[in-house]
Amino acid sequence: METNPAPAISSHELSKHFDGFRAVDRISFEVAPGEIFGFLGANGAGKTTAMRMLCGLSYPTSGQATVAGFDVYRQQEQIKQNIGYMSQKFSLYEDLTVLENIEFFGGIYGLTNQQLRTKSEELVTTLGLQSEAKKLVRGLPLGWKQKLAFSVAILHDPKIVFLDEPTGGVDPVTRRQFWELIYAAADRGITAFVTTHYMDEAEYCSRVCIMVDGRVEALDSPANLKQQFHTDSMDDVFYQLARGAQRGE
Amino acid sequence: MRILLFLLRKEFRQMFRDRSILALIFLMPTVQLLILPQAANYDVKNINLALVDHDHSSYSRELTRKITSSGYFRLVGASPSYPEALHLIEESQADIVLEIPRGFERNLVREGTQQVAVAVDAINGTRAALGGAYLTRIISDYNSDVRLQWLGPGPARGTSVIDVAAINWYNPLGRYYVFMVPAILVLLLTLVGGFLSALNIVREKELGTIEQLNVSPIKKWQFILGKMIPFWLLGLLVFTIGLLIARGVYGIVPVGSLGTLYLFAAVYLVAILGFGLLISTYSENQLQAMFVAFFFIMIFTLMSGLFTSLDSMPAWARVLANLIPLTHFIEVVRLIILKGSGLAEVSCQLGYEAIFAVVLNTWAILNYRKTT
Repeated sequence: METNPAPAISSHELSKHFDGFRAVDRISFEVAPGEIFGFLGANGAGKTTAMRMLCGLSYPTSGQATVAGFDVYRQQEQIKQNIGYMSQKFSLYEDLTVLENIEFFGGIYGLTNQQLRTKSEELVTTLGLQSEAKKLVRGLPLGWKQKLAFSVAILHDPKIVFLDEPTGGVDPVTRRQFWELIYAAADRGITAFVTTHYMDEAEYCSRVCIMVDGRVEALDSPANLKQQFHTDSMDDVFYQLARGAQRGE
Repeated sequence: MRILLFLLRKEFRQMFRDRSILALIFLMPTVQLLILPQAANYDVKNINLALVDHDHSSYSRELTRKITSSGYFRLVGASPSYPEALHLIEESQADIVLEIPRGFERNLVREGTQQVAVAVDAINGTRAALGGAYLTRIISDYNSDVRLQWLGPGPARGTSVIDVAAINWYNPLGRYYVFMVPAILVLLLTLVGGFLSALNIVREKELGTIEQLNVSPIKKWQFILGKMIPFWLLGLLVFTIGLLIARGVYGIVPVGSLGTLYLFAAVYLVAILGFGLLISTYSENQLQAMFVAFFFIMIFTLMSGLFTSLDSMPAWARVLANLIPLTHFIEVVRLIILKGSGLAEVSCQLGYEAIFAVVLNTWAILNYRKTT
């Protein structure tokens, strides 16, 4: 897959330093279109920093990277046209209704009124939010908020969607449903880049990349990784890699 | 353009859903305009006077009567001696001591001249100066009454008297609220433009929603206009409510053109919104933004000539005051509302505000980064 001619994301020796602290230290990887790419690591390993660089929210200190074929130094605005992003913090407007949020985020990505109508209806039906559609997002349970935030992040059919710990604090059943949404998106051809520290979720990914102290320590499919570390659980793989970590929160 | 419309729709929805903002729109102008001009008042009244009358003559009683009936003074005590009266000042019960010496009447009648002593508690400088001046004035009035009584009408013997008759223009009754109300209108715009806008943007930072916008293809100018236009309109609405209150409660009707007034308010709002925006780009949370905005707005308010006259400031302070957008607008609002100045007379200040608007907004836009 690394030899795919047009990778969705490609990173080469990408680094970010904060006052001499190497938050991200020369990470290299490629993500193929349609892949569900898991980005694993302990707290403070540099996952979010790496993701923010790829999303065009933060300038790298050194190294190269392209997202959807656009350069992270010079073409952030083009990158932003082509990606969806769901941050660690819930970032829909809590004082707007479900429909108003859909309309707003669809609107700023340039969806037409016709598209907005169809998409809203579709989304509300898929998530089963018919009776909540006109209520403020504030009142929704966390699991629903997260599912809504994800659906809104891919409303404009981006090439890639970045998910930063999307299932934090959500119960296992809802997490399961959340991953079904990611699969559905991948079926539509959307590449998913997901950070998580739930190892069961790592199993859902086509490939995972494990970060320790800002560096990529392992990168392969879950099955290959388990074989490589002579174990049958991702938990164990992660533990073997991460126990040497210096950082932590 | 379409994107801007979505931003504006969202902003207005949030604004009208937020009860505290709605309350603010109507309460802020009402409360400020009803309370401030009445309470923050430079008219000096109820000056507490301690009297030491050593003479106990009909002349000294007449003088006392004149002083207490003037309406400015309140007799708090008649002390037998000066030290005792001074004691009243120490206890803050009296502001002024008037000492009438023994032989006041006799000397006045025989020698035509007599001194009285006035001691003033000068902690509150304005009160002291004005109180002393009022008292001097009453005594000299009394003095001419006495002359009149003794010498009869006509020019005073041997001296020519220049009588100064002053007429107050634009504020004929010398009312303090006429001076304050226009300036408070400016303060209202400053709070809406400088405070609310800064807090609004920083709130998005705190909630993390701004990141969702930064990761979208929204252009900087779209984001900034999307934030400015609602507060600009809000500011003009508050200004209008303020003008209506000024008219209804204080009977202050702008003498000059409303068009000029609104033109100035519109430009001023852009400048002060730029200031709010600038603060928001430097602050990480609402607390920070609040402190910074409060710090500046306090300096702005005290230095702008809102309460005190610019002309009595030292030269360096006047230079500083001229660097504050508030200063020019307060001056102009008073000019337009009270004097009826036209666009030509205030065009210089309008130029200043336009420069502030351009500089502050450019700075804010440059400092707002979608990528850090």
